[in-house]
Amino acid sequence: MSQAFSQVSFTQQLKKYYAVYAGGFIAFVLLLAVAEQMGLSRKYIGYAFLFSTIGLYALIGIMSRTVEVAEYYVAGRRVPAFFNGMATGADWMSAASFIGMAGTLYLSGFDGLAFVMGWTGGYVLVALFLAPYLRKFGQFTIPDFLGARYGGNIIRTLGMLSAILCSFVYVVAQIYGVGLITSRFTGLEFGIGVFVGLGGILVCSFLGGMRAVTWTQVAQYIILIIAYLTPVVWLGMKHTGIPVPQFAYGQTLQKIGELEKKITADPKEVEVRNLFKDRAAAANAALKDPNKAYAEGKSALEKKAADLKAANAPADQVTAAEKALAAYPKDVDNAKGQWNKDKGLAARAAPPSPHATPFPGKDEAARNTARLNFLGIVFCMMFGTAALPHILMRYYTTPNVREARQSVFWSLFFIFLLYFTAPTLAVLAKFEVYSNLVGSSFASLPAWAAAWQVVDPTLLNITDFNRDGIVQLAEIVLGGDIIVLATPEIAGLPYVVSGLVAAGGLAAALSTADGLLLTIANALGHDLYYKMIDPHASTARRVSVSKALLLVVALIAAYTASLKPGNILFLVGAAFSLAASSFFPALVLGIFWKRANKWGAIAGVSAGVGFCAYYMITTYPFLRDLFGVTRPISDFMIMGINPISAGVFGLPLGMAVIVIVSLLTPAPEKDVQELVEHVRYPHLRGDISTEAT
Amino acid sequence: MELSAKHQEYWRKNLLITAILMVIWFIVTFVEGWYARELNSITFLGFPLGFYMSAQGSLIIYVVIIWYYARYMNKLDNEYNVQEEELT
Repeated sequence: MSQAFSQVSFTQQLKKYYAVYAGGFIAFVLLLAVAEQMGLSRKYIGYAFLFSTIGLYALIGIMSRTVEVAEYYVAGRRVPAFFNGMATGADWMSAASFIGMAGTLYLSGFDGLAFVMGWTGGYVLVALFLAPYLRKFGQFTIPDFLGARYGGNIIRTLGMLSAILCSFVYVVAQIYGVGLITSRFTGLEFGIGVFVGLGGILVCSFLGGMRAVTWTQVAQYIILIIAYLTPVVWLGMKHTGIPVPQFAYGQTLQKIGELEKKITADPKEVEVRNLFKDRAAAANAALKDPNKAYAEGKSALEKKAADLKAANAPADQVTAAEKALAAYPKDVDNAKGQWNKDKGLAARAAPPSPHATPFPGKDEAARNTARLNFLGIVFCMMFGTAALPHILMRYYTTPNVREARQSVFWSLFFIFLLYFTAPTLAVLAKFEVYSNLVGSSFASLPAWAAAWQVVDPTLLNITDFNRDGIVQLAEIVLGGDIIVLATPEIAGLPYVVSGLVAAGGLAAALSTADGLLLTIANALGHDLYYKMIDPHASTARRVSVSKALLLVVALIAAYTASLKPGNILFLVGAAFSLAASSFFPALVLGIFWKRANKWGAIAGVSAGVGFCAYYMITTYPFLRDLFGVTRPISDFMIMGINPISAGVFGLPLGMAVIVIVSLLTPAPEKDVQELVEHVRYPHLRGDISTEAT
Repeated sequence: MELSAKHQEYWRKNLLITAILMVIWFIVTFVEGWYARELNSITFLGFPLGFYMSAQGSLIIYVVIIWYYARYMNKLDNEYNVQEEELT
């Protein structure tokens, strides 16, 4: 009874603390807004957000420092459902969700929604198949469950390696995001930004493990959701007249449809698109015989300059011809580089594809492949969600099974708030670009566009190709990340809101990195060191080994991130496919099918991951080069499914192999049957206990 | 330990509700996605329906599925006397 009472008052206290905290944060933003009006410079607003939020997370980390095992690994198992939901939300939503998602939706329209659906619908699987059962099992890591259910160190090791593989790929992307945000908003160098952010991550997870990470993630969720919603609500008020544009942007979507038609038919747009088509065609022709094309091009320019001079043409024409000659590539290799670039212009020669139309493609076959790939991404993101260890681990931290179930609801609710706003933002931003930026004159671009073009040409680049002084849509090159970053300025909000957005992006990246690092360090410290190497280690030693490993992993991840590895989106997608193929079949069959046994699980996990990796290696260009695969891609492609969705094959294969091999080998022992019954019922009289303390 | 018939029934009911909710999940995810082009010819709240479902409608249904499952199971625990000791 006293325990029940203490949990109730604990929850109440938490609510009070976080309400005060959220109020304090809003007051802080308002204070900075006033300071901005009084002349505080942008640089200091950036610093104020960066250091005050990181300092705050550090403070929470220090306040919840711990050396107790259950506190370090699972936050003492007393995180109420509501707060675990917020923490999971922050854990889940990464820099990619916060900064990149709306941009992806802007650029790919309907087809980008595969990620929105996949990254939310996966929680249905978490709720129905995993969270309550894992909570009843109640240990520390996901390999713990595999080890206990199937027995032996082989499956535990496989689980541990899979956990490390998916989480490491993912954490590198997060730390990269941290570096990007800090450097963009404070002017610090990228490398320094990475290590400032790393400090913020470490002070939390290092001192207090899961306990500190949980309470920091709740704080980070509050900041990130305020930061995401504020500018969108403002922009939505401007366009739709109501403060919840999420429900009213259908009208805006219709207007975009009309603008798309207008832009497709506009003669000036057609002119620019034809310009690109011609250039691409010329480049293709030149690349067939580069040496000849180079010589011809050069002599033509030389002849023109000489002719003009000979004909006593006006001075400005002569200078122009000489300039053109001087700008001509110095040798054939340089010219080839230029032509290869021009070849890419073909992509810009197409009219805008309609935003709301699913699966665009040149013919029915291409459209059907696009549809299969859309569903493939949805499938892999969903099952990957339900298999990523850093998310599943969060459901070990609730007080009981009952709250674990409710906690999945709160998790998805808090994630939903951001994910149903992202498509809204994409549409509102597109309308702004199509209606205000397109058709404006180069002399008077909208303020935000003029500013961002200077800040970062990779995010926004507008060039007057047909020299008519008017912006055509085809002349705009836009990087996805700008959608979230520039929204405050598009909405005409003061700079302080831009700082707020940066703080939100930082919170998203830090919270996810925290959860992932902890997963990796725990896999090594708990599963490898304690369970396999030294089962007699004292609790103090176990925690300090985990902490030391955390530090090492963090440094390796930061080093990898500072190398700026490309293709982060592919890597993140690959992590989902791998997680789906490795963990999901073994975990779910372990709970729902008593007959599943050790050999089935070992064979199934290996087959799932193995096939997934094989498909990626044979169909993804970068990996093909790395492994020296020379046979054509079409030999390996199955139904045109992209390598990112390899889990579509890996997961069913893993399931089938577990079933077949289990049936061919002896049934598991009696105590395994008992374990399965144990996790299926929240409470049984005379039940065994598996909860680790 | 031996499970009573009542325990077996609890588990069967759990499997049944899980299956029903999975069917709903499958329809609003994969069937909806497969027919998105066709659904787009219907207008709903000013949106083409296929777009609306993928951007918002299916998401709302996911949230409701999870909410309902938690409520249903937490009640079922009490009905079959397998609930945990009261903590909250």
